[in-house]
Amino acid sequence: MSAPAHDPAKEPASFAFTPENLERAKSIIAKYPAGKQASACMPLLDLAQRQNDGWLPRVAMDAVADLLGMPRIRVYEVATFYTMYNKTPVGKHVIQVCTTTPCWLRGSDDIVHTCERKLGIGVGETTADGQFTLREVECSGACVNAPVVQIGDDYYEDVSPEHMETIIDALKGGEIPKHGSQIGRQSSEPVGGPTTLKAFTTTAD
Amino acid sequence: MPKLTIDGIEIEVEPGTSILQACEQLGIEIPRFCYHERLSVPANCRMCLVEMERAPKPVAACAMPCGDGMVVKTNTDLVHKARKGVMEFLLINHPLDCPICDQGGECDLQDQAMAYGFDRGRYGENKRAVQDKYMGPLIRTEMTRCIHCTRCIRFVNEIAGVPDLGAVNRGEHMEITTFVEKAIGSELSGNLADVCPVGALLSKPYAFTARPWELRKTETVDVLDAVGSNIRVDTRGPEVMRVLPRVNEDVNEEWIADKTRFAYDGLKRQRLDRPYVRKDGKLLPATWAEAFQAIAAKVKGVPGNRIAAIAGDLADTESMLALKELMVGLGAANIDCRQDGAVFDASSRAGYLFNSGIAGIERADVILLVGTNPRWEATIVNARIRKRYLMGGLKVAVIGEARELTYPYSHLGTGAGALRQLVDGTHAFADVLRGAKNPMVILGAGAFRRKDGAAVQAAVRKLAETFNVVQDGWNGFNVLHTAASRVGGLDIGFLPGEGGRGTAGIVEGAGKGEIDVVYLLGADEIDTAALGKAFVVYQGHHGDKGAHRADVILPGAAYTEKNAIYVNTEGRPQQARLATFPPGEAREDWKILRALSEQLGHKLPYDSLAQLRRRLAEVNPVFAAVGTVTPSPWASFGAEGLIEDSPFFSTVANYYMTDPISRASVTMARCAETFVKPAESAQERTGTHG
Repeated sequence: MSAPAHDPAKEPASFAFTPENLERAKSIIAKYPAGKQASACMPLLDLAQRQNDGWLPRVAMDAVADLLGMPRIRVYEVATFYTMYNKTPVGKHVIQVCTTTPCWLRGSDDIVHTCERKLGIGVGETTADGQFTLREVECSGACVNAPVVQIGDDYYEDVSPEHMETIIDALKGGEIPKHGSQIGRQSSEPVGGPTTLKAFTTTAD
Repeated sequence: MPKLTIDGIEIEVEPGTSILQACEQLGIEIPRFCYHERLSVPANCRMCLVEMERAPKPVAACAMPCGDGMVVKTNTDLVHKARKGVMEFLLINHPLDCPICDQGGECDLQDQAMAYGFDRGRYGENKRAVQDKYMGPLIRTEMTRCIHCTRCIRFVNEIAGVPDLGAVNRGEHMEITTFVEKAIGSELSGNLADVCPVGALLSKPYAFTARPWELRKTETVDVLDAVGSNIRVDTRGPEVMRVLPRVNEDVNEEWIADKTRFAYDGLKRQRLDRPYVRKDGKLLPATWAEAFQAIAAKVKGVPGNRIAAIAGDLADTESMLALKELMVGLGAANIDCRQDGAVFDASSRAGYLFNSGIAGIERADVILLVGTNPRWEATIVNARIRKRYLMGGLKVAVIGEARELTYPYSHLGTGAGALRQLVDGTHAFADVLRGAKNPMVILGAGAFRRKDGAAVQAAVRKLAETFNVVQDGWNGFNVLHTAASRVGGLDIGFLPGEGGRGTAGIVEGAGKGEIDVVYLLGADEIDTAALGKAFVVYQGHHGDKGAHRADVILPGAAYTEKNAIYVNTEGRPQQARLATFPPGEAREDWKILRALSEQLGHKLPYDSLAQLRRRLAEVNPVFAAVGTVTPSPWASFGAEGLIEDSPFFSTVANYYMTDPISRASVTMARCAETFVKPAESAQERTGTHG
């Protein structure tokens, strides 16, 4: 339970922002008043995570701390508090299946099983080729379109096991499948189109 | 001024007072874990809940400011039920291992569980277990016991100024940690064991050695630096088990430095517990009578100008007075209490004291540090400067080594050049000093440990007079000593008499054969190898450098083993008290000198400590008021002259080893290994060393 949040064996020796990212970091810092640059901690950690294949090694936290003039432990506190900062290496595609009540009622268990079968890994594991990491997460905040799967920055909604297979196949083939509702719903309108106020709907198609 | 009612009693308090503080003014006890009066208020333990009229639910007393017309109740069923609920949650993950916990018997959680604990646990799940953390050679951790009050985090951030600790992860997984397994790099880290309300952070050297109720507590003062921190020495039988701070708002508040707290194991090692006399080049055990005879045989017939005495850094004032008067009896003027060879003018008391007082730092708005590293020379003074810095609006400047001091400062230069420019008013910082309301100069011992020390003293006096450092009701001219004996020695005039030699002269004279007898009262930090063929008497408590060179060793008492007066750098005489008896045949130092004086035919006129103390007060009236500072009038002092351009150095090269006691301490050796050595080698690597 209380093992250190990082595994020193996988730690890179050093981390430095690329010149482009350093520029971005500077423009992020510039958004905050002078002397309050610590406010840029979270966006900078995110930037560092994106640069470092989706995870935050300690050296990256140190780099952010030093850039912002913060004590390093303050940055570790932030990074370990939020679950969206990955403190261990992750696969290229992080599949996060929501299994909180609405999604669960709408069949999220099947989605998890499909992923497990298809990828040959359990929840919390990464495939040997480093392509996929599978996670269960608590409410993703898109219950109206349950079940929901987040892959990278994108939400895949109204997912069925079949959809899940197609999505994984597409990802394996190097494509980025279309995100959003998999059954063609417009945002969170009722399945099968509007049922009320039909007179006022503009025909989308 | 808000007026409120607490438990039916009306009270008017300063605006901004919290309900908890108001309750304390009324003597109503409010249980708490996270609240600490010297730290910020996070209100996260929820133990201090009280009932407030028109509030929908109980409020945390520590974080609720008093408002006009509030009606607060601290002793109702609702309050008890709320606190019992909090206690039950705290105990969910707290192991019930009080019988094997060092905090047992002095634990806030244990005590408050007696009042608010449930008689059985209702929690059937597994308790969580947390991996222990490494925090260095002084702090032992037992993190499963942690209740996440965050006092330790706030302490290292705010008081110690070393942001090494934090809380990582969240919710049930929250842990207090350094994250990267590092030692807490602060000289105040020992206080973590005190601020921790449970047994999560403990003293490593004290671990599993004693229970609090077995210990005899003696209130005394510390002598390992010149701050004179008030301490409590806990003993069991003949052994010092631990050292804890005592509250003294004027000196150390409630903190003590790590050396003060942890060097006590040095009291048990390398002790001189019987007299020794050198025969045929070898030190052999002897009786007191034999030792005295050996001295008498050597001293008789030696003219006074060939006899000398040097007092060390841990000598108490009484024994220094006895030694001085013995030397006067023998006609010897070669005495000095400045074994480090410091040169300054001691004719005016204000010229060698920390005149503003340590508490006076809080009134200063500009502080100039000259030739000092207060973090190592007087950790508690440094903590006070940091406290002042956190209040805001403080400017600090340093002339000397640029060390990490836990607060920002501007570095004006390393040597006398910057000082000279400041005195002339040509340096940019002179304007800052001129604009200050209560400017302060802290002159370190390092500024005196050079040939032109008196000239530096005069230059700083001139600076003080130019820039309003000394004004009505404010004297910001401060000398920061590092030796506990120093101010006492200066106050009784343990200085070269007419035609007498100082420390450097004595050592040189002994080397040349111009001095036949040298009496070292605990003086170890001199070049003992340079004493030539002189007959050396060493009176002290540790087999350190002085004892190795000695021809006769007289075993004395350490500071925990005698009733004695020490004067701190402010000029505050304070009483050290006997906590344990000196080991073996060792005796209190003034008694040794009194007995020896009789053998030498110059019997000292006091037979009891009370008589000696009366004599002390005759010599200098400041000793009549123990515990208080007698203000010293401003006068002209120092010797104007040319100041060399060589840089100022701090006198403390290794904080953890400065005196015979800390050098004998294993704990201090471990600290030096952990903190000082890596820093030194890192400096060498980067090439900025020296």
